[in-house]
Amino acid sequence: MAFIRVHQKNVKNVEEAIKVCPFNAIEFKDDQIEITSACKMCNICVKKMPDIYEFVEGKKGEINKNEWKGIAVYVDHVEGNIHPVTYELIGKAKKMAKKINQPVYCLFIGSNIKHKAKNLLHYGVDEIFVYDREELYDFRIEPYTAAFENFINKVKPTIVLVGGTTLGRSLAPRVAARFRTGLTADCTILDVKENTDLDQIRPAFGGNIMAHIHTPNHRPQFATVRYKIFDTPEKNKTKSGKITECKIDKDKLISRIKVLEVKKKEKVKSIEEADVIVVAGNGIKKEKDLEMINQLADKLGGMVASTRPLIEAGWTDARQQIGLSGRTVKPKLIITCGVSGSIQFVAGMNNSENIFAINDNPKAQIFDVANYGVVGDLYEIIPELIKKL
Amino acid sequence: MNITVCIKQVPGTSEVEIDETTGNLIREGIDTKMNPYDLYAIETAMKIKEKNSANINVISMGPPQANDVIKEAYMMGVNNGYLLTDKKFAGADVLATSYALSQGIKKINNFDLIICGKMTTDGDTAQVGPEIAEFLDIPHVANVKKIMDINSTSITVEMDMPETVEIQEVKLPCLITVEKDIYQPRLPSFKLKLATAKRKVKNISFNDLDDDNPENFGLDGSPTQVLDVFPPKSDRINEKWEGTGKELGERISNKLKKLKFV
Ligand SMILES: Cc1cc2nc3c(=O)[nH]c(=O)nc-3n(C[C@H](O)[C@H](O)[C@H](O)COP(=O)(O)OP(=O)(O)OC[C@H]3O[C@@H](n4cnc5c(N)ncnc54)[C@H](O)[C@@H]3O)c2cc1C
Ligand SMILES: Nc1ncnc2c1ncn2[C@@H]1O[C@H](COP(=O)(O)O)[C@@H](O)[C@H]1O
Repeated sequence: MAFIRVHQKNVKNVEEAIKVCPFNAIEFKDDQIEITSACKMCNICVKKMPDIYEFVEGKKGEINKNEWKGIAVYVDHVEGNIHPVTYELIGKAKKMAKKINQPVYCLFIGSNIKHKAKNLLHYGVDEIFVYDREELYDFRIEPYTAAFENFINKVKPTIVLVGGTTLGRSLAPRVAARFRTGLTADCTILDVKENTDLDQIRPAFGGNIMAHIHTPNHRPQFATVRYKIFDTPEKNKTKSGKITECKIDKDKLISRIKVLEVKKKEKVKSIEEADVIVVAGNGIKKEKDLEMINQLADKLGGMVASTRPLIEAGWTDARQQIGLSGRTVKPKLIITCGVSGSIQFVAGMNNSENIFAINDNPKAQIFDVANYGVVGDLYEIIPELIKKL
Repeated sequence: MNITVCIKQVPGTSEVEIDETTGNLIREGIDTKMNPYDLYAIETAMKIKEKNSANINVISMGPPQANDVIKEAYMMGVNNGYLLTDKKFAGADVLATSYALSQGIKKINNFDLIICGKMTTDGDTAQVGPEIAEFLDIPHVANVKKIMDINSTSITVEMDMPETVEIQEVKLPCLITVEKDIYQPRLPSFKLKLATAKRKVKNISFNDLDDDNPENFGLDGSPTQVLDVFPPKSDRINEKWEGTGKELGERISNKLKKLKFV
């Protein structure tokens, strides 16, 4: 069994040895340093105090990585209309596949979608596997999982990328659990090693730290990625690759879920589509003061977004949230007003083209990502700015 | 009807940070609280109980301190609380967490409905619910924003999708993950606090579970591993402007004009 070994002899300062753990998972009990069940295996102690803490790897039968080949992208869609995150993932998959000299696959599950698969051939995918069945018309978890499972057993991809959409976040974990393999949610950076191990990077532990995660001994390796994290690849004029229709037994598509009704929601423009965004942060003192932010956005022809505290306060709508647990945006211009720049927020906007940040605290973290860091009181600056525009 | 709600203890206001210059960890307070999204899961169970007779269990996996969140759930009116706690569970990733929870849930009693929060504020994956459902071989519906009906054989819910709202009727047993705002969570009651002060939290350890293979739990049962943690970095050019509000407002305006945004 893998564990962290404590070299008690090398402990000189007990307090320091305990304090190294950010999760309070190290205790001093019966004259011994002990790792408790609160341990998150972040390995911070091992890194910081290598003479005291040692990571001991468990003995496990190594899997044969050569049996798994190719990078698969799940095609996220509504009634055959492909979600753009799919193309972003294809672009990333192609870059990684080139490094390990392996093919890129797409998995397309739905009903009456065959003809839509052709569009994917303009992006340099090697093979598209299509499960086109009536039973797959509505998204119901069991039949979709069954089709996904069928695909993995048949193709054996080493990496599976799924868009971090509402559907993807429900489907990917289900499939990953079926294969008892790892899934890293909402990765912000992905790369691949020569031995096909996937390097996954995401903010972690609810704090201001990034974690580098890998799945060394399981295949396939699952990762979800939010929309707008990666770039959209160019569309080729010519088509390449092929479409393969897949069969699956009818009894695999049985579901204990019945869809009674599907109500279309009124389509509202989402912040992800905006070229200009003005962000209201916790520096906004009263709900009424949002008026000023709205005015600024109107002047610039942009949309208003916000950080999580304002949504929790009920001042703004959840759809306006930028960040790790909100939307990822990549506008041409973003102006943050009274935003501190926590890692979770920044993860959702740091690829924007021009970042202006207004904050009265010169040490605010948002200034690390801003192109133009404006140190001052937003209540003085914004009215002046509106006047001048 | 038996309902099991999954709740987790998460760091309160504290945040883990790495000091970029010294490389040391900065720890602020270490207070903890119930994952705020799980309050909605508990409230959903309570609302169902008001209409149908139901027995509500809560289960959590965590260190012994997590007993506190179970106590808090008692103050909201749940019937029984279970804490999965064992050193063998330490270092669990999503898969190992979900698997241990599914084993614990099986241990409690028969379940008709399992309710999870949308996500945790520390793990933030929203994956544990669907994975538990897979291990229990029951259907799940994520992003439930409304319970329309529930009877002894099925539950009808509204699932919130980006462009649509789907009304799904699901046979029991099943698992749902609920959206924030499905119902306004009640506050812990002082009366219940007194009434449940002596109520025990049943602890479940590795030895109590059906699966006796330790390799399926904790770090060993976790396919994903953290290789390294590091502070976020940025290499973009950045300017810092200082001055009076008037000066700065004007300066932004000029720059925006120069960049052709106006
Ligand atoms: C797992 C997890 C996921 C999360 N996901 C998200 C997410 O998706 N999106 C998100 O936004 N947050 C998220 N958070 C919360 C995040 O950590 C921060 O708490 C949040 O982003 C802070 O919002 P803020 O910057 O508006 O508020 P604060 O941190 O309170 O900052 C307010 C800033 O305004 C400045 N200020 C105050 N008054 C003025 C003034 N008059 N003029 C100018 N400046 C002023 C202050 O100096 C301060 O820097 C998440 C947290 C966790 C743990
Ligand atoms: N350790 C845990 N103990 C109990 N429930 C959990 C635990 N971790 C996650 N959950 C449940 O799963 C949901 C999603 O968590 P996560 O996948 O971490 O975002 C939470 O809202 C809880 O209902």
